[in-house]
Amino acid sequence: MRGAAASLRLELVGLSGIVERNAYIIRRYIWWELAFFVWTLANTLTIVYIAKGFEAAGYKIDVNEATTALLIGALIWSYLGMVFELLIEMVQWERWEGTIEYTFMAPLSRPMHLVGTGVFAVIYGLVRTAILWVVVKLFFDLQLPHANYGAALVILAVASVSFIGIGMMTAVLPLISPEKGVQLGFIAQGVLLVISGVYYPVDVLPGWMQALSVISPATYALRGIRAAIIGGAPLADLWGDIWPLIVIGIVAIPLGLWIFRRGERYAKRHGKLKRSG
Amino acid sequence: MSQHVHSHPPLSVPAVDVHGLRKTFLRKQGSGWRARKRPVPALHGVDLRIERGECVAILGQNGSGKSTLVRLLSTLLLHDGGTAHVFGHDVFREPREVQRLVNRVSVEASFFKRLSSVENLSYASRFYGLTHAETKNTIPEVLRKVGFPLDRANESMEDLSRGMQQKVALARALLTSPVLLLLDEPTTGLDPRSKLEVQDFIREVRRIHDATILLCTHDLDEAEALADRVGILDQGRLIDLAPADDLKARYGASTLEEAFFAATGKSFEDEPAGDES
Repeated sequence: MRGAAASLRLELVGLSGIVERNAYIIRRYIWWELAFFVWTLANTLTIVYIAKGFEAAGYKIDVNEATTALLIGALIWSYLGMVFELLIEMVQWERWEGTIEYTFMAPLSRPMHLVGTGVFAVIYGLVRTAILWVVVKLFFDLQLPHANYGAALVILAVASVSFIGIGMMTAVLPLISPEKGVQLGFIAQGVLLVISGVYYPVDVLPGWMQALSVISPATYALRGIRAAIIGGAPLADLWGDIWPLIVIGIVAIPLGLWIFRRGERYAKRHGKLKRSG
Repeated sequence: MSQHVHSHPPLSVPAVDVHGLRKTFLRKQGSGWRARKRPVPALHGVDLRIERGECVAILGQNGSGKSTLVRLLSTLLLHDGGTAHVFGHDVFREPREVQRLVNRVSVEASFFKRLSSVENLSYASRFYGLTHAETKNTIPEVLRKVGFPLDRANESMEDLSRGMQQKVALARALLTSPVLLLLDEPTTGLDPRSKLEVQDFIREVRRIHDATILLCTHDLDEAEALADRVGILDQGRLIDLAPADDLKARYGASTLEEAFFAATGKSFEDEPAGDES
């Protein structure tokens, strides 16, 4: 019992090391982070102004609702992108700096390594998304009198577990392909963008793409958050979106860890850890 | 140095016990559809026993298999045959136990270049279970021991000289109190003064902290000055292992370089055309 507690303590200290390291990196690259934030802001505004553009072109739409729906899509996409990016860059960045072998030879279990990166990604992603929400709202006179922000946060928190699991699956790509792994991760991210209804309801997709959208956690996260913010849905009414997120999360985390472990074995078998840059 | 990372292993077991260790890499030849993978053996059945507290130097040209041996003992590669034990723990079946006992300093002082030495050491020590409270005082202490100027401890690593970076690499290894220290060309590329400082420090580590050292080097003088026994590794085969004076006597040589030439038929400075391993 005491041995198990000591092991758990070691693991949690190791996990804190991952969070600490990423916090140092963000602090040292703070100006780049700000520049990247400006890029995300410009991107988000470009998308959200589409609703106003349609109104100006004479289309009959509820601009307030369309603007909010697009804004939620852009914000969740930015959040998801941040979580995926930090997880996939975990390997790539360490390769670039040459520290990857030192991390992989440390007595830190891979689940803690990956979960630590995921935890930091979620914290950082949430802070960044909240700031983006506040800044973008300044550009639009959005009326959200019934918005249930608490329920939206619960959905996002539950969805984050699945996002971390899928992020783990993509993080293995730069491990097995040092040259093209990150790009492959972006392809996976792009597929999620198409099938999850980020900027449109999934009903508009062809049947086979709608079938794929069922296994994407982003589908439920977007639908639930939109219902909470635009329609003011209480948490109880969102159960239809929450339970699939729980199921996907329960599957995605162990599957992500299993895939990463397989990738790590492949890398250790073929000497892929040592290649830098 | 902290005593919290691991308990010391029993005195009776050898520090390193390797039998018939084999490793082969697959290297791509050609490109496109005609690409073929050819096996490139890096280690051919290496046998090596290092007693606790001993310092063994392995001499070999580039591509002789020195780094492969170090990576296998660091749990960074999976073997193709044979066995390897570190203080009685199977390197390939009990990697976590081995990871707690081993640390490594390689030719590249691999760090997050924009982070300071304190930041790099701080997060890395968490991976070994050391908390902030435990490292707050030990990090400056260890840096002072390796001769690193503390007034530069908060500067980015990229602003430090190569010699200083290598001292931080030594500090990183020592911070975790390894009982087996794997040194893979730790002084390559250093100026003569830094080289002597690092060598003095290696002696001190051995004397004071009872560490066992496996030193892979290109520097024959360094091997002779630091090691109890010197091994000659050629094309993945450990062809001899004995005290430097015995090696010289065995091959009728007046220097270690002559002994190396007599044992391998190659000049130590000749670079083979094969793969780096």
